[in-house]
Amino acid sequence: MKALVAVKRVIDYNVKIRVKADKTGVETANVKMSMNPFDEIAVEEALRLREAGTVSEIIVVSLGVAQCQETIRTALAMGADRGVLVETNAELQPLAVAKLLKAVILQENPEIVIIGKQAIDDDCNQTGQMLSALLGWPQATFASKLKISDGHAEVTREVDGGLETIAIKLPAVITTDLRLNEPRYASLPNIMRAKKKPIVTTTPDALGVDVTPRLVVLKVEEPPKRQGGHKVGSVAELVDKLKTEARVI
Amino acid sequence: MAALVVAEHDNRALKPATLNALAAAKEIAGQEVDVLVAGKDCHAVAEAASAVAGVRKVLLADDAAYGHGLAENVAPLLVKIASGYSHLLAPATTSGKNLMPRVAALLDVMQISDISAVVSPDTFVRPIYAGNALQTVQSKDPIKVITVRGTAFPPGEATGGSAPIETVEATGSTGLSEFVRAELSKSERPELTSARVIISGGRGMQSGDNFHLLEKVADKLGAAVGASRAAVDAGFVPNDYQVGQTGKIVAPELYIAVGISGAIQHLAGMKDSKVIVAINKDEEAPIFQIADYGLVGDLFKILPELEAELERRQ
Repeated sequence: MKALVAVKRVIDYNVKIRVKADKTGVETANVKMSMNPFDEIAVEEALRLREAGTVSEIIVVSLGVAQCQETIRTALAMGADRGVLVETNAELQPLAVAKLLKAVILQENPEIVIIGKQAIDDDCNQTGQMLSALLGWPQATFASKLKISDGHAEVTREVDGGLETIAIKLPAVITTDLRLNEPRYASLPNIMRAKKKPIVTTTPDALGVDVTPRLVVLKVEEPPKRQGGHKVGSVAELVDKLKTEARVI
Repeated sequence: MAALVVAEHDNRALKPATLNALAAAKEIAGQEVDVLVAGKDCHAVAEAASAVAGVRKVLLADDAAYGHGLAENVAPLLVKIASGYSHLLAPATTSGKNLMPRVAALLDVMQISDISAVVSPDTFVRPIYAGNALQTVQSKDPIKVITVRGTAFPPGEATGGSAPIETVEATGSTGLSEFVRAELSKSERPELTSARVIISGGRGMQSGDNFHLLEKVADKLGAAVGASRAAVDAGFVPNDYQVGQTGKIVAPELYIAVGISGAIQHLAGMKDSKVIVAINKDEEAPIFQIADYGLVGDLFKILPELEAELERRQ
């Protein structure tokens, strides 16, 4: 069966972000961009399914500006087979992303769709759930273990109280949590090989999807700064301060 | 304008996160706030919700299809009753995060995730980039589907109300998914998200066994025990201990970080705590920059000392 993985280009998780002075957003010029870490886990899971013989082909989709092609190349270098870029300079919100992915999925007919549970830029945690709703498919979010057999998937999910296992019918959408796997690094030969793998480019218009944002961002600000940095010299002093100064114990 | 809050529960008890979401709903819709209890044999939960101060009415959907809160089954129910509401809210817990985007997509609206403030009925503040920026967004959609960051909305009174309980017809099972099993952590300690005091361990704890050093201090303080991602990834403790951008968001009166360096992903989950204590042997650790009280030293010496000092001064 085919697997489809969606990958988002985000500011690298190691970068300390800066809010723009005019409060319109976050500075992205000359900032290192990478694949959303949860999407790397999604790519890795698809690769493992292919290595296990469950999946025959892995299609990687990214949506956004032309440079998202680099993010697709990263996934191809990890081992995915081919890419689809939905290119647009428009701001894409999760509902629009879900609609675009649905349109690609109806063309590609994958039986399993794996994506990160959230992007570390907008922290929305929506796209996978929205996509499965639009397709009328089941969803297994926050997956830490995935077992596929016979048209079904058994998925263990990280929930607030511990772990929960559900069984879902395929086709389905899986969203990845941190403990699902540890993504591999692309080897140099694979990076070279990835340059020859095909990437097809399409657009929201060609897919017939209206991507007009539903949420208008009025402003982006820095959170209030915490005044920290005080040190104490001993355990006795710490307990003393907590009792008499902070009054929290 | 009326708001509906999806109750978080386990079919027996109403979870405290519901009260935080209710507090946000009241800021939006004032007196016109209803609660939906969808579950199986969950009448006790409906009664608890009806007793919460300021609830207008409780909608009870009791059906086997809702017993495990499967989003595929609960979302159609919400869609069916959504027309009576301008706002649908749920706590930003794993169940709220799982359910609400599905509802939003079925209604063809954007969800507003993890709100930390209500500016007006259509405008909200939400943290982005692990809380390193705050975004103010205005929704153009007819129905606002929202998840609520619990730590940003102090819970209202759990008692004093007597809202009527109304039964709603179940929408049945979609047959798309089924519950297999749950492995839930059992603990005598308070829940992380509602604890007054939390003590968390990081990679510096070196092993899961060493967490008993934290637990002893936790017992002296009536504290919950948490962990950084590094400690969970290393297998020291289960995933439900994780505090951070993608784990639990907490804001207790007192947060004690032990052997945690302070990656931004961890700070995202705890930097709104009232008082932060950091214990770390590396005096350059970033956690000290946000800690109200930092103590540099070997945690294996400090923790037993701390336990003894708390014992002595109790």
